[in-house]
Amino acid sequence: MVGVPAALHIGLVWIPATLTVILSFAEWDNLAPLSDIRDVGFRNYWFIFTVFEGDLFGALFNNFVLIIWLTVCSAVGMLFAYLLDKNIRGSRFYQSVYYFPVVLSLAVVGFIWKSTMFSRDRGLLNTLWPGGPIDFVGDGTKIFSFDLPFLDPALGLSKNFAALLVAMAWRHIGYIMVMYLAGLKAVDQALREAAAIDGCNEWQAFRRVIFPSLKPINVIVVVITAIEALRAYDIIAALNEPRGTDVMGTLVTKSLLGEGSGRVGFGSAYGVVMLLLCLGFIIWYVINHYRESEL
Amino acid sequence: MTNTSNRLQSLRDSSVSRRNFVIGSGAAAVGGAALLAACGDDETAPAATTTAAAPATTAAAETGVGTTTLGSNYSDANPKAALAAAVAATGVDTEINTIDHNTYQDNFNTYVQQPDDVMAWFAGYRMRAFASKGVVGDISDVWDNLDGMSGAFRSASSGLDGNQYFVPLYFYPWAVHYRKSLFADNGYDIPANWDEFKALCDTMEADGLIPLCAANDGRWPQMGMFDMLNLRINGYDFHVSLMGGREDWEDARVQNVFSTWEEILPYYQPDANGRTWQDAANNLGDKSAGMYLLGTFVVSNFDREAQADIIDDIDFFLFPEVNPEHGQDAIEAPIDGFMMAAEPANEAGAKALLTGLGSVEAIDAYLSVDPAVVAANSNADTSGYNALQRKSAEAVATASYIAQFLDRDTDPDFAANVVGVGIADFLATPGSIGTILADIEAKKQTFTFE
Repeated sequence: MVGVPAALHIGLVWIPATLTVILSFAEWDNLAPLSDIRDVGFRNYWFIFTVFEGDLFGALFNNFVLIIWLTVCSAVGMLFAYLLDKNIRGSRFYQSVYYFPVVLSLAVVGFIWKSTMFSRDRGLLNTLWPGGPIDFVGDGTKIFSFDLPFLDPALGLSKNFAALLVAMAWRHIGYIMVMYLAGLKAVDQALREAAAIDGCNEWQAFRRVIFPSLKPINVIVVVITAIEALRAYDIIAALNEPRGTDVMGTLVTKSLLGEGSGRVGFGSAYGVVMLLLCLGFIIWYVINHYRESEL
Repeated sequence: MTNTSNRLQSLRDSSVSRRNFVIGSGAAAVGGAALLAACGDDETAPAATTTAAAPATTAAAETGVGTTTLGSNYSDANPKAALAAAVAATGVDTEINTIDHNTYQDNFNTYVQQPDDVMAWFAGYRMRAFASKGVVGDISDVWDNLDGMSGAFRSASSGLDGNQYFVPLYFYPWAVHYRKSLFADNGYDIPANWDEFKALCDTMEADGLIPLCAANDGRWPQMGMFDMLNLRINGYDFHVSLMGGREDWEDARVQNVFSTWEEILPYYQPDANGRTWQDAANNLGDKSAGMYLLGTFVVSNFDREAQADIIDDIDFFLFPEVNPEHGQDAIEAPIDGFMMAAEPANEAGAKALLTGLGSVEAIDAYLSVDPAVVAANSNADTSGYNALQRKSAEAVATASYIAQFLDRDTDPDFAANVVGVGIADFLATPGSIGTILADIEAKKQTFTFE
C-alpha cells in the first residue's frame, strides 16, 4: 500500500530534483533535440555567484527577511488565537474575518492587492494616505539599507517589499491563528484550572502550562513558517513587477518559464541553491523528529 | 511579461473605476476575485476550437489539400473573430486552436516542438531564433506566390540564412499620441525636433498638464522610449548591432541615449514603473496629460462606442528628430504574422494557408472585423481605414528603416531580465545610470545571441 505513493513520490519529486541538479551543469535552450545539451561544468554557478550576484544575494536576503517576518506573524497569530479562545463576544465574527484571507490563494491575494490596495493612482492605501502617492508596486527604492563590502547593490527593505510583507502577513496570521485555535481547544481544561488554583497569573499560565502543551502545534507552525518563507513565490510574482522584490522562487522561474526560457541551466542553478537551503531545513527537522520519537 | 502582443490583446484591464474598489474590503475582495475568475476563464480554456468554414468555390478547396491546423494566440474576442474571418477568406479548410495569448507565448518553446501546421508568431529576432534552430519550416516558396509584400516585410520575415520563415499579417507603429482638440485649444504645434519637443513639454507644464504619460508595468512600455531615442540619436544600424549583442552598453553612444532621456524625465508622469499602460492612457483620454509615446493600440483602451469622441480625437506624430544625421528615418512597427511547423502534418495545406494569409483577401477580411491595425500587404483595401490607420500606413511606408521592438529584436531573456530591469532602475534612479550600464554589460557577456 505504501509502495505506490512512494514510487509516485520518487518519480514526481526526486527524479525531477535530480534532473534539475544535472541540468544546472548544462547549457540548453529548452528546445529539442536533447542532444544539443552541452556540459558547461560550474559555469552557471560561476555566473550566478559573480555576474548575477546582486540578484542572487538580494533574493537570499529577502528570503531571510521573510523567515523573520513570518515568525513574527506566527506569534501574532498565536496571540489572536489565544484571545479568541477566551470566548469573547463576537469571537466567531473575528475568526471569520481573520480566516477569510486563508481561503484565497496567495496569487489571488496578490492580484487583489495590486489593483485595489497598492495601485498608485487608484489603490485604497493611496486614497487614504494623507501624503503624496506612493508607488508600492513599482518602487524598489530602499526604506533602509546597508552596504556589504563584497556586494554591489545594497541590501535592504524596499517599499515594494514592505508592501509585500503586509499582504503576506494578512494571510499568514489567519492561517496560524486557525492552527492554534484548534490546538487550544484540545488543551485539557483541567490544566488551566490547576494552574489557576496554584495562583498562576495569566502570563505564567500561558508560558508554563498552555504553551508547552501546544508542542505538536508549535512544531508544525515552525515547519509551515519556514517552508512558506523559503518557497515564497506566488504573491511575490504577482506584486513585484516591474521593479520590485525577487526571492529565490522568482529567480528560478525567470530563467525557466516564459519566452525567455532559453537558459535552463541558469534557472536550474538557482533552483539547486534553493534546494540546498530547503534540504538544510528538512534535515534539521527530520533529525529533530526522530530524536523526539525515540524519547 | 514582455509579451508585446499583450499590448494589443489585453485591453480592458483598466476599466474598473476607483469607486468600485473603495466600497469596503469585503466587496473589494469579491470584486478582485471575480476579476481573477474572469482571467482564469481565459486561461483555462486552452483549446477552444473554431473551424473556419471554407467556401466551397475557392481555389484551395478545389485542390483538396485536406484539413490544416493553425495555432493561434488571438484569444481576445475581436482579434479571434477577425482571424477566423481571415482564415475563411483563404478558402483552406482550417482548424484554429486558440490559446490564451499569455499562455501561448510563455509556453511557445515547448509548443513549437509539437506544433500545429501553422503558428501565429512575431517577426524579427523572435522568429529568427526559432528559424536558426531549425524548429520552424522554410517557406521561401510561399513567398514566390505572395503579392504586395514590400522588401522591408520580406527582410523582416527572413532568417539569418536569407530564407523566409514568416508571413506577415499586420503591424502597428509606435508614435507620440496626443488629443487633437487639446493641441488646437491650447495652440500647441507639432514639435519637429528635440528642442521644440522639450519646449512644448515646458509649455504644457506651465499650463498645468502632465506633459508625458508614462507607464512601465510589465517592463516593456519604456523600452519603446529607449528604442526611439536610440534610433533617433544613433540610427537604425546601431540599434540592430546593439540588439545583436555586438556593442558595448557602456559605450558613449548608449550613455548619450540615457543622458538625453534624462532631459525629459522631469516631464514624465511620476512613478512610471508601477503604472499600467491603460492607466496612463486614461490620463491622455481625460486631457490631464499631453502626449503619450506608445503603439497605436493605445486607442483600444477606450470604448469604441461610449468613448468614440476620444478615439476620433487621438492623433499621433512621429518621434521628433534628435540627431539631424538620422532625422526621422526610422520607425518602430512590430509585425505579427505566421510561421510553419518544421514538419507539418499537412505541408501542402500549411503552405496554401500561409499563401492565403499573406494575400489581400485575408487581411481585408481581418480588418473588416478588427480595424485596430494596419495591413502588411500593400494591396490591401485601405478605403475602410480610419484616419489613424491611414496615417500609420503612411508613416511606415515613408520610413527608411523599420525596427521591431526591443524585446522582439534581441534575446527575450536578455530583454526582459537584464535591459528591462536596467531601464526600470534608470527611471527610479537616473543618477545611477553608470552602474546600471556596467551591470547590463557584465550580464550581456553571459548571453550568446545565437
